[in-house]
Amino acid sequence: MKVKMLSRNPDNYVRETKLDLQRVPRNYDPTLHPFEVPREYVRALNATKLERVFAKPFLASLDGHRDGVNCLAKHPKSLATVLSGACDGEVRIWNLTKRKCNRTIQAHEGFVRGICTRFCGTSFFTVGDDKTVKQWKMDGPSYGEEEEPLHTILGKTVYTGIDHHWKEAVFVTCGQQVDIWDEQRTSPVCSMTWGFDSISSVKFNPIETFLLGSCASDRNIVLYDMRQSTPLKKVILEMRTNTICWNPMEAFIFTAANEDYNLYTFDMRALDTPVMVHMDHVSAVLDVDYSPTGKEFVSASFDKSIRIFPVDKSRSREVYHTKRMQHVICVKWTSDSKYIMCGSDEMNIRLWKANASEKLGVLTSREKAAKDYNQKLKEKFQHHPHIKRIARHRHLPKSIYSQIQEQRIMKEARRRKEVNRLKHSKPGSVSIVSEKKKHIVAVVK
Amino acid sequence: MNVVRAAESLLALSQQEELEDLSKDDPLSPSEDEGDIDGERKHQKLLEAISSLDGKNRRKLAERSEASLKVSEFNVTSEGSGEKLVLSDLLGPVKTSSSLAAVKKQLNRVKSKKTVELPLNKEEVERIHREVAFNKTSQALSKWDPIVLKNRQAEQLVFPLKKEQSVFAPIEHVLSGWKARTPLEQEVFNLLHKNKQPVTDPLLTPVEKASLKAMSLEDAKVRRAELQRARALQSYYEARARREKKIKSKKYHKVLKKGKARKALKEFEKLRKVNPTAALEELEKIEKARMMERMSLKHQNSGKWAKSKAIMAKYDLEARQAMQEQLARNKELTQKLQVASDSEEEEEGVEEEGELVPDAVNEIQMDANGPNPWMLRNHSRGTKEIKVQDPEQLPEPVAHEASENEEEERPGAEEEILLNEFEERRSLRKKSGLNQDAELVSRQEPKGSSSQEVLSELRALSQKLNKESQQSGKQNVSSVRTVLAVQREEPTEAEEEPLLLQRPERAHTLEELEELGKEGCFQNKEVPRPVGEGQQSERNPDNQPDAPKEKKRKEQMIDLQNLLTTKSPSVKSLAVPMTVEELEDEEERDQKQMIKEAFAGDDVIRDFLKEKREAVEASKPKDVDLTLPGWGEWGGMGLKPSAKKRRRCGCFHIHSHTIGNLKGPSRPL
Repeated sequence: MKVKMLSRNPDNYVRETKLDLQRVPRNYDPTLHPFEVPREYVRALNATKLERVFAKPFLASLDGHRDGVNCLAKHPKSLATVLSGACDGEVRIWNLTKRKCNRTIQAHEGFVRGICTRFCGTSFFTVGDDKTVKQWKMDGPSYGEEEEPLHTILGKTVYTGIDHHWKEAVFVTCGQQVDIWDEQRTSPVCSMTWGFDSISSVKFNPIETFLLGSCASDRNIVLYDMRQSTPLKKVILEMRTNTICWNPMEAFIFTAANEDYNLYTFDMRALDTPVMVHMDHVSAVLDVDYSPTGKEFVSASFDKSIRIFPVDKSRSREVYHTKRMQHVICVKWTSDSKYIMCGSDEMNIRLWKANASEKLGVLTSREKAAKDYNQKLKEKFQHHPHIKRIARHRHLPKSIYSQIQEQRIMKEARRRKEVNRLKHSKPGSVSIVSEKKKHIVAVVK
Repeated sequence: MNVVRAAESLLALSQQEELEDLSKDDPLSPSEDEGDIDGERKHQKLLEAISSLDGKNRRKLAERSEASLKVSEFNVTSEGSGEKLVLSDLLGPVKTSSSLAAVKKQLNRVKSKKTVELPLNKEEVERIHREVAFNKTSQALSKWDPIVLKNRQAEQLVFPLKKEQSVFAPIEHVLSGWKARTPLEQEVFNLLHKNKQPVTDPLLTPVEKASLKAMSLEDAKVRRAELQRARALQSYYEARARREKKIKSKKYHKVLKKGKARKALKEFEKLRKVNPTAALEELEKIEKARMMERMSLKHQNSGKWAKSKAIMAKYDLEARQAMQEQLARNKELTQKLQVASDSEEEEEGVEEEGELVPDAVNEIQMDANGPNPWMLRNHSRGTKEIKVQDPEQLPEPVAHEASENEEEERPGAEEEILLNEFEERRSLRKKSGLNQDAELVSRQEPKGSSSQEVLSELRALSQKLNKESQQSGKQNVSSVRTVLAVQREEPTEAEEEPLLLQRPERAHTLEELEELGKEGCFQNKEVPRPVGEGQQSERNPDNQPDAPKEKKRKEQMIDLQNLLTTKSPSVKSLAVPMTVEELEDEEERDQKQMIKEAFAGDDVIRDFLKEKREAVEASKPKDVDLTLPGWGEWGGMGLKPSAKKRRRCGCFHIHSHTIGNLKGPSRPL
């Protein structure tokens, strides 16, 4: 006789601990759930709408400067600390959590052209229009001490930018030439020049720390090697590059903020074509900074807005603006990748969320789960036209909007002309130049 | 290279020109000399100017210009030939003369050597440097390619990629590089120094250190463990007390109250021996309570419940018993407290009784002496009460001991007191538990009956009878009709209260059983009685197999000898006070009468005794083997389940009724 007995694996229905959730047996057969996708679609739609509803990126405005904010610097060790230099030579150190100014230093006469912190966070350097490089202590003067720089170096020419090495006691300034300084010496260890125009910005590569990138006002970007004390290569663009920023996660990638409204991401090994041309601004791009993840960067523009670009996209994913914000001169992405700071002409530093609709503060596990679920839904249905339209919608000030329209028309006209020229000329005599190649004038070895 | 080539061609050109000039001006005239010289100078300058276009060759040209056209040490002019001088031409004549071997060698060597190339200009050099450096760097950078690629392709990146562990600086390190500067800081430090607050690692003041040293670690641990245990116990008992307080059962509380009263009484006894004055006060209290009881209408059968019971009492034995019990209680409560010696005597007497004879036997004797004892109720109430009190007498000395302990250890610390309290409480708890057990045991048997056991047995018997009588009523077999007639006198009551009315039929049923056994037992089975109690239903089918035995028994139906033998040992039991018989009303008397008639020719007592013995045996705990052979191992004939298994799910001491429940109706009696 055959005895049939029920035998079940207790793993399938017994909880390991009583704190575990009860297992709810479900049949996942898709034929039993015919409305699964429509339901998810509705959820995705709602999530998208809510995202837009909650998109309030502006957090705070730090006011206190008495002139336009010309440069910003992050503290390498403290997330809450940020330094700013203004056009009247004033340097302020801010506490972001309290949204207060901790310390004010009259550092220079004239502009503070550049500011950078030492990698250890104990001191910072400023350069100004008064042809000096000054090193300051990060902590305020102790009781009875006067506010004085640790070191002051008097130079022969105006310094327009400064950056500190990521690991060693070396910093670099730029002006007429690129000077590399030892912190202990009053004269540069080595100076490098290529061409005679003034250099507006110089940056150390955060990964291969001997690499330097600079951009000069003769429209070129020059790369240097500190070890061999020689320039490496130069690329000449159509218009002047204001500043560059290295990708903190990819050693050979940098992005240049150009006067021709575009940003160019280059692979430094192949400078003849940029990896990506990022265009959305309607005026000169003045500053750029990468997020610490290296996936996105933020750009500040003369058109009174800042934009966030994914590294591999040519269009921005976000645009931030407020009525009161004027030309944005400098921008920084904080080290926790959550916030963006921008300093602008009208003397304010503004704090933004990097993710516009993100909820701040501690999330409960349920909130987190809901967030993740919604994120996934949005991702899944992102290409549905309705959802896409909602997700993409941004409000723009009229000036920017009209400029965009205008530029679109201009661009269209140019394209039409090109096409016409191609049509009406001998085949092969006129070639279409791609957008990427168009803006590169030459690469000089 | 182009430049070099250009220079060479230029040089060749100028040489040709010179040669031409030379050929023209070969015959030199002094008159023309000056002018010639001037012309030559100019020409030379021109040449220089032309050649100086190329910066590189300047030096060479200067060299050339230095030597005059006419006399040149270095340039051997090849006059007349108009051709360039070639080395081979020079070597030709040398070959013949052996004395110029050294020169020859030198010339050969010159011939084999090449001219050194010109150094590159600075820009070129820099450019080459740059290119090399760039290639180097881009190669160095390409080592990141795989990592970058991996990061780009990764579905998810979690930052920070490498989490650094934060290092905590010990306070000494922080303090070493720090000095009090501001007045406030100085003040704070002064305060700290005054209190001898150490700034470095073990941040303890001397006082704290001393206090730390005061108790050794082991002591502290032991002490702490004790305290913890005490606290745990306290909380445990508190929780338990709370739980008990919440119990809604009236019965439980009644039992509890009784227990308390009894305890109070006992304490009173003790107190009387130790401290008469306090005892007097207690006595007064008790007296007062008695007075209150007398004044109140409690336990007077005048309440709502009592009235309802009174209505029921006509048909319900239990109700009647309950009422009587209450009355008895009233009496008990309103009785004046007896002298101590009396109570002691009483107790002793009862105890002797208990030792000598079981209660049941006691009752039987009574039955033999007087009227039918089955209907007597409450006559052994006193014994029951004493029995209940018995278990209490055991724990008493324990409690006493505990109190003594307490007195001894009074000087101990608070914790010890706490612990002692718990000990005490625990002992008390045990006592009360015993009491409760005793109470519960007593409760299981019907209250107010003359003897609980007897009554239970009787009830069981009557139920059996009742059922059989019904069968018989239907089938109406030939046997004794007179009893049937008796039965029919009160048919309504039979249905309502089988315990009372079915009893007379017992004899018939025994007889009937034989016939029924012959005719067919299925009829019995066909009419299963829907009686709630398990015992009844269990017993029912077993009666038939026993039928032949009972037939034998029937032959020696009434054995006087048996009766007499059981009679002798229990003379004293008569001393047990009989309670309220007067309360029995007429109906009960009728019943008695009926029962008497019914049992007239039956050996009821012997039957009862036997059945009782069986019941007692059944009620004893038994070993039950619950092991299931074949679960988890081989089973079959001759295979015993393993010892381990038997231990795990095996043998229990189980009371018979639980066994019945476990095994169902097939339990053999």
